[in-house]
Amino acid sequence: MEHVGVFLCSGCGIGDALDLEAVASAAEDSGGALCHTHPCLCAEEGIALVRESLSSGEADGLVIAACSQRVKCKAFSFDSATPVQRVGLREQVTWSHPPNDEDTQMLAEDLVRMGVARVLKSKPPVRQEEEIADTVLVVGGGLTGLEAAAAAAGLGKPVVLLEKEAELGGHLAGIGELAPAGPPYDQLHENPVSNLIEQVRSNSRIRVLTSAVLRGISGQPGQFKVEVAAGGGDETFMAGAIVQATGARPYDAHRLAHLGYGEQADVITSAELDAMLEAGSLTRPSNGETPQRVAFVQCAGSRDAEHLLYCSGECCATTLRQAARLRRDYPDVEPCVVYRDIRMPGQQERFYLAVQEEGGTLLMRGEVDGVGGNGNGRLAVHLRESLLGDDARLEADLVVLAVGMVPNSADGEAIRALHDAQQRVEHGESETQREEARKVAERLAAHEGTEILHLGYRQGPDLPVLQYGFPDSHYICFPYETRRTGIYSAGALRAPMDPAQAVEDAWGAALKAVQCIEAARRGEAVHPRSGDLGAPDFFLQRCTQCKRCTEECPFGTLNEDEKGTPQLNVLRCRRCGICMGACPERIISFPDYSVDAVASMIKAIEVPEEEDEKPRIVALMCENDALPALDAAARLGRTWSPWIRIVPVRCLGSVNIVWIADSLSRGVDGVILVGCKYGDDAQCHYIRGSELASKRLENVQETLDRLALEPERIKLVELAHNEFDRVPTILDEFAAEIEEMDPNPYKGF
Amino acid sequence: MNDQDSLPVLVVGAGVSGITAALEAAETGASVVLVERQPYVGGRVAGFYHYFPKMCPPSCGLEINVQRLERNPRVRVLTETRVSAAEQVDGGWRVTLERAPAYVTEACTGCGECSKVCPVSVVDEFNHGMSSSPAIRLSHPQAWPQRFVIERAACADGCEACVQSCAYDAIHLDATVTTEELQVGSVVLATGWQPYPLEKLSELGGGVLPDVISNVQMERLASPSGPTAGQILCPSTGQPPRRVAFVQCAGSRDVNHLPYCSGICCLASLKHAQYVKDQHPDTEVSIFYIDRRTPGRNEDVLTRIGDMDGVRLVKGKVGKVEAGDGGLVLTVEDVEAGRKLHEQADLVVLATGMVPTGNGESPFGIARDEDGFALDDFDRGLVVAGVARRPTDVAAAVRDATGSAARALAAAERGA
Repeated sequence: MEHVGVFLCSGCGIGDALDLEAVASAAEDSGGALCHTHPCLCAEEGIALVRESLSSGEADGLVIAACSQRVKCKAFSFDSATPVQRVGLREQVTWSHPPNDEDTQMLAEDLVRMGVARVLKSKPPVRQEEEIADTVLVVGGGLTGLEAAAAAAGLGKPVVLLEKEAELGGHLAGIGELAPAGPPYDQLHENPVSNLIEQVRSNSRIRVLTSAVLRGISGQPGQFKVEVAAGGGDETFMAGAIVQATGARPYDAHRLAHLGYGEQADVITSAELDAMLEAGSLTRPSNGETPQRVAFVQCAGSRDAEHLLYCSGECCATTLRQAARLRRDYPDVEPCVVYRDIRMPGQQERFYLAVQEEGGTLLMRGEVDGVGGNGNGRLAVHLRESLLGDDARLEADLVVLAVGMVPNSADGEAIRALHDAQQRVEHGESETQREEARKVAERLAAHEGTEILHLGYRQGPDLPVLQYGFPDSHYICFPYETRRTGIYSAGALRAPMDPAQAVEDAWGAALKAVQCIEAARRGEAVHPRSGDLGAPDFFLQRCTQCKRCTEECPFGTLNEDEKGTPQLNVLRCRRCGICMGACPERIISFPDYSVDAVASMIKAIEVPEEEDEKPRIVALMCENDALPALDAAARLGRTWSPWIRIVPVRCLGSVNIVWIADSLSRGVDGVILVGCKYGDDAQCHYIRGSELASKRLENVQETLDRLALEPERIKLVELAHNEFDRVPTILDEFAAEIEEMDPNPYKGF
Repeated sequence: MNDQDSLPVLVVGAGVSGITAALEAAETGASVVLVERQPYVGGRVAGFYHYFPKMCPPSCGLEINVQRLERNPRVRVLTETRVSAAEQVDGGWRVTLERAPAYVTEACTGCGECSKVCPVSVVDEFNHGMSSSPAIRLSHPQAWPQRFVIERAACADGCEACVQSCAYDAIHLDATVTTEELQVGSVVLATGWQPYPLEKLSELGGGVLPDVISNVQMERLASPSGPTAGQILCPSTGQPPRRVAFVQCAGSRDVNHLPYCSGICCLASLKHAQYVKDQHPDTEVSIFYIDRRTPGRNEDVLTRIGDMDGVRLVKGKVGKVEAGDGGLVLTVEDVEAGRKLHEQADLVVLATGMVPTGNGESPFGIARDEDGFALDDFDRGLVVAGVARRPTDVAAAVRDATGSAARALAAAERGA
């Protein structure tokens, strides 16, 4: 922007602690077009003053030097075309540093100069006008998919529902009754699936394609091009967003030979018992007789280090449902449930109570370590750690294994890695490289041909999966925040869940799909920077095809052409800036956040001469967690070193190494990066931004070597949002370490 | 699709469920009014130290949500507000919102001068009574909106110290209740939960023995902004506990108290065991349980924390907690095994359950199940979200709330 209006607030004690006239001079000297001071900028008069400067055309960009960028946002938001840089004089200067002090004053002046420098390099966002498809594509016609289709249609959207089988309903189809999902929670209720199928089939907004084969999905949210083979022909249509509801399948019981499956004819799975109950013929497969005692073995393959580590979440309810059904339909049969823990959370407990009160179902706690023949034609369930003693045996005529659920997912990233390895096996440059590739291809061979969505994405044809094959983002707060914008996983595919939860999940995923379409239409980013209009810009003439951006984007935004040049799919972009941080050529920028803008902020810091003995430290802090912690520390009266100049960043992943090089070559004595925890339980909202930053820092060593500077001048610290008691100490300790060293010899260059 | 010309969605309650429902609806383009009785958003979890299974701070997710609220022009947030009346009308509801007296107005800059001069000290309910604060204060250091709040009833007669200290004319001690009528298309009830009262568990020492605390108090003890600045200490001595016992199903799965399972307490206690071990590695932790309910991938929490050195999980229901010679004595019964144990501890944490808020007092005449959990009434444009519907953890509440936003919009779409 050309005309930066600088507005200083003297309220909240700022004016008492600083010489604001001197701050105003600093603002004007650094390129501010005008500078006003107001005793309470957030009050109506103050806001009016700011508005006046915009409407008169005196200012086209703003620096609001008052309180933190995190508060009074609505008061200080004007129009989307005006870049606004907030400078937190209150939190970062006057609350946290001694008043009327030379160093405090220098800090304030630097921060305002930095704000002006950034706005001078900012541009208004260019609104994206794109043609947006309204259709929601739902993949999978089980309970979750049906419900998601009905939900999206209920929100006014056209829906295409794809099912690979000839019939809708998934694995619940054909089951008459389910465990209770509503009050009084003590009796079986009718399975909603068949009604739902009718409802979906008769809904004019929903098109159902059964026996459908998904051939490919390319494009981006609002503009997905979907290719399908169904009904004997191929067709292509546009969809705005996608709900993947491909469900889960029972764990392969053949792997549970120790529990007798496949070895003993009378050992069956829960699904097989359901089939018997629905067919009205409860019999022992070995001899066709009606069993007397039916033993249910819980956690068959779940909560087991050899099989599934997780709890499948719905098997306890399924077993109790089946036991209740047995008691009702076959009063002479004695169900017996062997369990480690009965897991019936919430109101489901009432159903568990009802089964206990009804009587007739034996509930036994114990660990089953084997099921075998008993010599008399019956089966023996061997128990360990049971209440009956160390080693107990339970006789039964039919054993039902409550097997767990495995998500029907495909590991998009593994498939991509497999295909890359296969390429290298063919075209590798050296024998060593080809050999390495062969090993990788062998390790990943099981992923061959597992594609479900067939996405035309550089990072792989399906959603990335996390732990245990669930394509979930593993976020607690934002369970739908997937790593592929506009594609939402739902139901048992996403996490172990029961039918009632799957229904809720379907509605949630449908809403996210609709929301993504609407955001695309408005040209806005979706979560977490919802509403952000500023799309990234790639100056491709200078691209060297290093592929860092295409590989590191957590959301798979970028595709590549044959040469490796990035192809932007702007509607997939979440505006984190990780690509900007990755780019060695510095050709990626956002209108209000760019390599150049932050570099200019750093250049705006006045670095005192060596003999002044005033070190300078740049702190690049994540604005989602580290900056809020710092604000809270300031509110609680904590103080920290006046040498620190805070630069809030969208994510540590957006930090371009050149900012560090620029800082050091200008005589800044140290650079500290403070961002979210990374690793297995990463707290980064962009999944791996802080982790990428830490990896990139390894490369900074080169820069330090070149400048002949100590490696300790650069530090990365992980900090959680609530660690406000720690953050001042972190900054002070780093400042002390820097003071120990000689001044940066590049001062004054 | 719902747009700004349509009637807004009303979301009642701004805990994680309500905030989620409001934002998810607003980000589709709908306009939303979010009302909250407390002066801050975030509800119960605003006072929590960590979430399971990741052991990460709730304030981290709240930060993103608060920034979304700060920036979304389609959401109007009204704190210290309740729905005092509601009437079903064509195409939705006409509601009366009752706003608490605005003793501190939106002109408040959050500078904090008033707190410094306030002569009155009150019990800090945010810390569950474990500390005190000035009568005028910010509810907690990361509270949003960042607006001070006054406990007016506690003011000394004629005291105007805060008024005089305020440079922004933001404090008006003579403010009165105001009401506002509003027509909305549909309503999301996200009224959340209350901890089952400790006082009702006197046989377990609740409300009687100072070193018997609740799980929600444990969250405050572990929080840096809590009464002990994050130190887990025995209330009676101020010393670190050497033996901590967790009593599961304290008031849950119990016909004398709550018949249902509160669903989250097993995981909460495992998480608390980690809080204790992180601060006091030599402290012995025992968890007395009926069933270890850690469904889904939360099984990892049981595996990880249950296997820690010095953490013991013991099957058995605690029937009694008494003061003994060397500390507290717990009587533990395992009916199935036919055994009775006596265990000692310095600090006992009762894993109290969740009680749905506002049972029996809804202006919407919402139907409830036997346990007081509210039921959707789609035909009348009433949708329930989060723990108001069912005891759940945060991840499930957020999922449910997102779906509730969809149901509310669909109900409004149909009603319009």
